Amino acid sequence: MSNVLAKVLSRQVLLAFRRPAAVLNPLVFVGVVVLMMPLGLGPERDVLGEFSPGLMWITALLASLLSVETLFRGDYDDGTLEQLVTSGHSLYFASMGYLLSHWCVAGIPLILCSGLFASMLSMPTEGIAPLMASLFAGTLVLSAFGTLGASITVALRRGGMLLSLLLLPLEVPVLILGAGVVDRAIGGMPIADLLSVMMGLAMLALALAPIAIAASIRISLEV
Amino acid sequence: MSNLPLIRCYEASIHRGDRCLIADLDWSVNAGELWQVTGDNGTGKTSLLRVLAGLAPNGLVGQCERDGVALYLGHRNGVKADFSPRENLSLNLGSHARFSSKEMDRALEIVGLGHYLDEPAYRLSAGQQRRIGLARLFLPSPRLWILDEPLTAIDVSGVSLIEACVNDQIQRGGAVIFTSHQPLASGTLQRLHLSAGRGVVQRV
Amino acid sequence: MAWTWFHRLGSPPWIYGFSGRLLRFLLPLTLMLLVVGSVWGLAFTPPDFRQGNSYRIIYIHVPVSVVSLAGYYVMAIAGAVSLIWRMKVADIAMRVAAPIGAGLTFLALVTGSIWGKPTWGTWWVWDARITSMVVLLFLYLGVYALYEAYDNKALASKACAILALVGTVNIPIIYKSVDWWYSLHQPASIKFTGGTTIDPSMLYPLLLMIVAVYALYVCLILLGLRAALLESESKTKWVQQEVMEQ
Repeated sequence: MSNVLAKVLSRQVLLAFRRPAAVLNPLVFVGVVVLMMPLGLGPERDVLGEFSPGLMWITALLASLLSVETLFRGDYDDGTLEQLVTSGHSLYFASMGYLLSHWCVAGIPLILCSGLFASMLSMPTEGIAPLMASLFAGTLVLSAFGTLGASITVALRRGGMLLSLLLLPLEVPVLILGAGVVDRAIGGMPIADLLSVMMGLAMLALALAPIAIAASIRISLEV
Repeated sequence: MSNLPLIRCYEASIHRGDRCLIADLDWSVNAGELWQVTGDNGTGKTSLLRVLAGLAPNGLVGQCERDGVALYLGHRNGVKADFSPRENLSLNLGSHARFSSKEMDRALEIVGLGHYLDEPAYRLSAGQQRRIGLARLFLPSPRLWILDEPLTAIDVSGVSLIEACVNDQIQRGGAVIFTSHQPLASGTLQRLHLSAGRGVVQRV
Repeated sequence: MAWTWFHRLGSPPWIYGFSGRLLRFLLPLTLMLLVVGSVWGLAFTPPDFRQGNSYRIIYIHVPVSVVSLAGYYVMAIAGAVSLIWRMKVADIAMRVAAPIGAGLTFLALVTGSIWGKPTWGTWWVWDARITSMVVLLFLYLGVYALYEAYDNKALASKACAILALVGTVNIPIIYKSVDWWYSLHQPASIKFTGGTTIDPSMLYPLLLMIVAVYALYVCLILLGLRAALLESESKTKWVQQEVMEQ
């Protein structure tokens, strides 16, 4: 059962460390975007600080979108997915493994570095811990949608643009809630209720998304 | 061991997209049988094998039942270039079973990769990479094997190796279905020839 | 009993014949409702004491908005039916519903924007409802684009059904979060007129128009369904007979 979850997860994480670019690319992307912000908006600390929650969350969302596109690419091209489906493994738990692997490889490093990036955007210090907490739950949801989108488009020749059209509307609530948590924290308002809503959504996504991902993998293999 | 056929097709039609490749196939594969599926390019060999392996449920109209799980090796056999042969086997997603490291090392030695156990696969040749995939055949496996072009990029010694292990599998009471443009030397080889949208059983 | 009815729904020739008979009286009825509703709404209702005559666009805007949201659920339910029972008709209905729904959503946005100019003084406002409608439009477009991207149309429908179902689970969350977002950022100068009471003399034509647009939606789906059925079943005997008779 969850044997396959552990197997997929360890396989993907090991693969990511063999190709460190997979881990570093999203971080470098976020770094470059953070650099662009003061260049576009101006260096005033007040302006940047006011927009920083939204900017951080939009950047995280785009980073997740970019990194998820290749999640199934290699395993689709080299036949690993075929092996997985014919093996009789539970595709539900395998899908959950892929989801968690994307979160480990792309989500967790981003959460860890988000404090640094946020302070570069002169986010007030009381916002930084809430930012990390909201990213913790939010990136899990982003990985769930992302894994679903990647599995449904992996067999298509031009999946890239389509992927953003499919994912961004679904990810609207995460952006709103995530940026809202940080905004409220900076304004000195309580955030426990919002964070628990986000955590609830993350758990819901973690439980339900693998059903859709498993079905999508089967469809993609048949194309 | 049950006497049920491992594969039983009854009035099965195999489709790919809107096209019907094989119509009304009546065919069964029993334990101890070795089947070669032949036919020109585009007659549906791979599509048939994918349906049998359960990869293309929508491509099937009619009945086709499989008894249990099958070991399926396709054109692309899931070998990761970034992994060593050892890791490729231990992190293989194609099998339920957990293999002991002894079993895996032995299988890799049989296919001639004994000296490259921990070498990243991208340093190996195309033929050697295929051999990593074929090492699966020397590990504990299900009764039914479905092999799509197992002999591609394999040298003469490799072919005789595969012949030997296929014959072993048949002796053990398993069954093997494969596609290839060259026959495997075996006393029991039977042929399913695909042409003009039909599958015709030929005794060899 | 109930199941024979259900099986009939799955049979393309039966659905084709039935929808033809249904459309024969539904089309004129829809046309009548649309004409009566719009003439009543546009010409015979009193002007609003604050918005004057510009409010009359609600007789198009509100029905279209209501139906475009309902249309997403229609699409998702059709998708679920086609996934569970492998029903070809449901499959086709889902794929027809995507562009129609996208068109209605777009119309809702355009009429909303036209209404916004005299009311708020600007073509576009990031109001909660408008924002939700934009998200809905992209959800529709995603389903449509995914369908177009697959070469194998049987698989395309399955993929779209999955996406539509995921979208359905999400729509309440999206609407809720957008509402919350708007309440957080609501600028004081703009106040939506919702919540104020509406006079019966304005309400009845509105209800009539909602019914009319629902009927129009059903007609469009049926027309699209019939065309798509003929196309996908073009090799079968019943379609060839149908064409011969024409």
